[in-house]
Amino acid sequence: MKVLQALGIVLALMLVAYVGAALPGGRTLFGVVLPYLAFAIFIIFFIAKVMDWAKSPVPFRIPTTGGQANSLPWIKQNKLDCPSTTLGVIGRMLLEVFLFRSLFRNTQAEVHEGPKLAYGSSKFLWLFGILFHYSFLTVALRHLRLFTDPIPAFVHALEFGDGFMQVGAPVLYQTDLVFMAAVTFLLLRRLVLPNIRYISLVADYFPLFLLLGIGTTGILMRYVLRVDVVSIKMLTHGLVTFNPFIAESVTGIFFVHLFLITVLLAYFPFSKLMHAGGVFLSPTRNMANNSRMVRHINPWNDPSIKPHSYAGYEDDFREFMVEAGLPVDKELPPKEEAPAAEGDAPAES
Amino acid sequence: MYDKGKIIPGLIVFVGLVTFPIWYGLATTAGPLPNPEKPTNAKECVEPVEFMRSSHMVLLNEWRDNIVRSGGTRKGTTADGTEYVRSLQKGCMNCHTSKKKFCDECHTYAAVNPYCWDCHIQPKETN
Repeated sequence: MKVLQALGIVLALMLVAYVGAALPGGRTLFGVVLPYLAFAIFIIFFIAKVMDWAKSPVPFRIPTTGGQANSLPWIKQNKLDCPSTTLGVIGRMLLEVFLFRSLFRNTQAEVHEGPKLAYGSSKFLWLFGILFHYSFLTVALRHLRLFTDPIPAFVHALEFGDGFMQVGAPVLYQTDLVFMAAVTFLLLRRLVLPNIRYISLVADYFPLFLLLGIGTTGILMRYVLRVDVVSIKMLTHGLVTFNPFIAESVTGIFFVHLFLITVLLAYFPFSKLMHAGGVFLSPTRNMANNSRMVRHINPWNDPSIKPHSYAGYEDDFREFMVEAGLPVDKELPPKEEAPAAEGDAPAES
Repeated sequence: MYDKGKIIPGLIVFVGLVTFPIWYGLATTAGPLPNPEKPTNAKECVEPVEFMRSSHMVLLNEWRDNIVRSGGTRKGTTADGTEYVRSLQKGCMNCHTSKKKFCDECHTYAAVNPYCWDCHIQPKETN
C-alpha cells in the first residue's frame, strides 16, 4: 500500500509536469520559476537543517566503535575504527564518506533449525549503495555539460570515460545502466525482504521512485525519444546565467524530467536524503574515543552549580542520617547531651 | 551553536559546490550560440530538419551497420525522390562541406565527441 502510494505520487507529479507544461504559461512555470524556487529551497533549508543540528549539544564522546579502543600498551588499537586522535577521526570520516565503511560492516541475522541464530556478512546493500551513489554523482557531474560554456576539462573526461564502450549513437553511458540497476535493487530489497518491507515507509519508497522516474525520463530523452540537446542547453545554461530562454523544440518529456529534479531538490532538505549533510555530524563517527585521556565538560552544564562530593553531602545531612540510623563516615561532634545519643547510633553496621 | 569552526566552513564548501555552474558562468565568457552553416547547393536534407537535428546519429549508425556489416546499398532516395549517396564523406559532406562550420558548431557546444573520425580520415581544413 505504501509502495503504491509513493508510486502514485511520482506518477501524479509526472502527469502534472506533462500537462502543466502544455498549458499557457506552463513552460515558464515548469522550466524557469519552479527550478529557481526549488534550488533556493534546497540551499536555504539544507543550511537551516545543518544549523539546527549544530545547535544540539553532544554531551560526551560516544565510544560506539567497531574496533579495539586505545588501551594498555600491549593491546593493539584499531586506529581507524576506534581512533583516539584527530588524525584517526579524519581517516574514519574519509572512509565513511567516500567508502561507506559502516555499511560495509552490515550483517544479516538468520534463524536456522534448532533454533540457532547465525549472523553473516551482508555486502549487497553496501555494494549497490555505493554503486548508486557514485553513478549518480557521475551522472550529475556529466550534466555540467549543459550548465557550463566553455565546458571544463573534467566534464569532457567524464563524458569520454563514461561512454568508453562506444555502444551505439549517441553512445551509451555505463553509469546510466549502473544507476538504474542499483536503484532497482534498492527498491526490490524493500519489496522482497519481509523484514525490510515491514519497516519501510512512504518516505523510503518515494525517493526511490523519484530517482527511477528521473533516470527513466533521462534515458528516454537520450536514447529513445531523442530531444534536441542544443535547445535544452540554451535553457539550462540560461538558467545558471540568469537569462533563461525556452525554445519551441523543448518538449514534454524534458519538463517531466526537469520537474522530477525540481521536486527532488525541494524535497531533499526535509527528507531522509539529508544524510548527505548528516553523515558529517554523526557523533559515533566524528568524535575521537579519548574520554580516558581528555576531560570533557558537558556543554550544557550550569556554571553556577558547583561539584558536590559525598563528603560535602554528608556534611549537609549528617544529623538527619545519624537520626535515621544510616552509617556515616564521620561521626557527629560530641555534644553536651552526648550520653543520651550514645546507645542509638549503630556505628559498626 | 557547537563546532562553528568546522560546520560553517563545511557549509560554505557545500554552497560553493552546488552553485558551481553559477559562479563558473560569472567567471567565464560563454561562446556564441551554435550556428551551423547552411548548404548552398541543396534546400532539403534526407529527412526533415527536426529529425535530423535530434537523430542524425541514429541515421548514420544505421547506414554504417547496413553498408559495412550487411553489404547494403549506397543509394538512398529522399521522400521527394531525390537520390543521394548514403555516406558521411560523399553524402552528408557533399552539402555540409565543412566539419568545423557545420558538425563542430553544435557538438562543441553540447560536449558531444562522435567517433566518426576514429575510422574516417578527417578532412583537412585550413581556416
